[in-house]
Amino acid sequence: MSSILSIIYLIATVTFIVGLKKLGHPDSAKSGNLTAAGGMGLAIVGTIFIHDLQVPTIIYILIGIAILLGAIIGWFIAIKVEMTKMPELVSLFNGFGGASAALIGIVEFGNSDIKTTSATIVATILSAIVIGAITFSGSLMAWGKLNGSVKSIIKIPQYNIINNLVIIAIVLMAAFVVIENIDNQILLYSLLFAGLVYGVLFVMPIGGADMPVVISLLNSLTGIAAAITGILYDNMVMLVGGILVGSAGIILTVAMCKAMNRTLLSVIFGSFTASAGTEGTNKALGSIKSTTASDTAIIMNYATNVIIVPGYGLAVAQAQHVAHELEELLVAKGVNVKYAIHPVAGRMPGHMNVLLAESNVDYSMLVEMEDINPQFNNADVVLVVGANDVVNPAAHNDPSSPIYGMPILDVENAKHVVVNKRSMKAGYAGIENELFYNAKTSMLFGDAKSVLADLVSEIKNM
Amino acid sequence: MKELIEFISNNLQIVYIIILAIFVGIEVIKSIPAVLHTPLMSGANALSGVVIVGAILVMLHSNPTDYLALGLGFTAVVLGILNVVGGFAVTNRMLEMFKKKK
Repeated sequence: MSSILSIIYLIATVTFIVGLKKLGHPDSAKSGNLTAAGGMGLAIVGTIFIHDLQVPTIIYILIGIAILLGAIIGWFIAIKVEMTKMPELVSLFNGFGGASAALIGIVEFGNSDIKTTSATIVATILSAIVIGAITFSGSLMAWGKLNGSVKSIIKIPQYNIINNLVIIAIVLMAAFVVIENIDNQILLYSLLFAGLVYGVLFVMPIGGADMPVVISLLNSLTGIAAAITGILYDNMVMLVGGILVGSAGIILTVAMCKAMNRTLLSVIFGSFTASAGTEGTNKALGSIKSTTASDTAIIMNYATNVIIVPGYGLAVAQAQHVAHELEELLVAKGVNVKYAIHPVAGRMPGHMNVLLAESNVDYSMLVEMEDINPQFNNADVVLVVGANDVVNPAAHNDPSSPIYGMPILDVENAKHVVVNKRSMKAGYAGIENELFYNAKTSMLFGDAKSVLADLVSEIKNM
Repeated sequence: MKELIEFISNNLQIVYIIILAIFVGIEVIKSIPAVLHTPLMSGANALSGVVIVGAILVMLHSNPTDYLALGLGFTAVVLGILNVVGGFAVTNRMLEMFKKKK
């Protein structure tokens, strides 16, 4: 009987690997996702029905209710959520996975006779609880920060030291329980609590632009928590599935760090926004030049090459569709239009591509940073919509800037730069942008959606 | 320390699997275009919902009168399946958008 289950797990594991692999290619991504989902479904159904245990019917009913409940809520959230809210959502779901692992650990601690259980198993249970708790509270914190419900970056003095003390305390406490084989519920719950606190402390000081990195890291941690619980049950699908997510998550995290020219350690231990306050705003950088939609429409209409740089501001204003309309209109007029996609445009790598794809922008018009940067020299007009830090030249020439060294889009090489922003407020990283004071730059203030709509109607009238 | 070495030699298979799985994970993700990073992260996130299997095992093994274990297991199943279904559904939704204008 259980040999059938082993084979089911084997098949599920293979679907995970194949699914992840297929997710890496645009053409096969969708079927890859479905493959992995099918494997997961198989593993779940197999786990419920194939075993030698005498299980009372009531338990089956409870499992059924739990699955139905969670599936309906999960489905509903997934269908309803706006695409701009993606990063929050991934973070939230990830937190649930972490919580699940922590709960399993708690039950197993209660079930096993700790005094006679091998130290390795106790260590496994405890790490499931601690890692699960950290990912749960950390993910919820990230979710809260991204959707704005946790507003302020609460600055605790010396938070690095406090954080490290908490993690050291966790390790010592866990080691104590393991070595002494103590069966003590109070210690267990203190560990759980310490894990939760650490998750909050870990994410709290991490600022704006680094958030996707943290979510990816937490995602990877959830995978590790799943793998640890897999060791507990000697369950291959959990073990391999968890490790896959763990290592893939780390690689993705490192890729994101690279895109921002930051190291993982500096994300975790450095503070991106802490030093970059608003002090910089008073610095005299020259004057800005503002322009109108009709002037911009004229230069765009008579341009040969136009590059649109979309940022998160475009997504927030729900202006993707109007942007697409503008681009279509210009193309119809014989203008060569491209979108310059910074690796971290939006809130996650690839987020902007998803948002633009949602509004039917042709895949081939989205150009990655390395490929578009040499083309800015030939661009007549660059329209920056709701982007700020990714076009900030300080990344190239101001070593004191917190974003110094981050690869940016070299928009200042173009003949004209038109920047649409709601106001002169600093960007996500909270720093001043000298691009706005460049002689080539004109500012087009206003909400992205209405500004783009104005541009569309102006060009239509030409 | 002695116990750790003992554990490793008793579970060599698991150790091998872990190491190989780490490399599979790395190889599978390597050289993925940035366009797909968000769907990929979301898909990997759904996969981490595999903890649901453990949560179901907890419930199957628990005594119907052990309300604490049952309650915790129930919550773990709900949260796990939320992660799985929500994760896969939202990934599918994202990828659907890429598909449309092919």
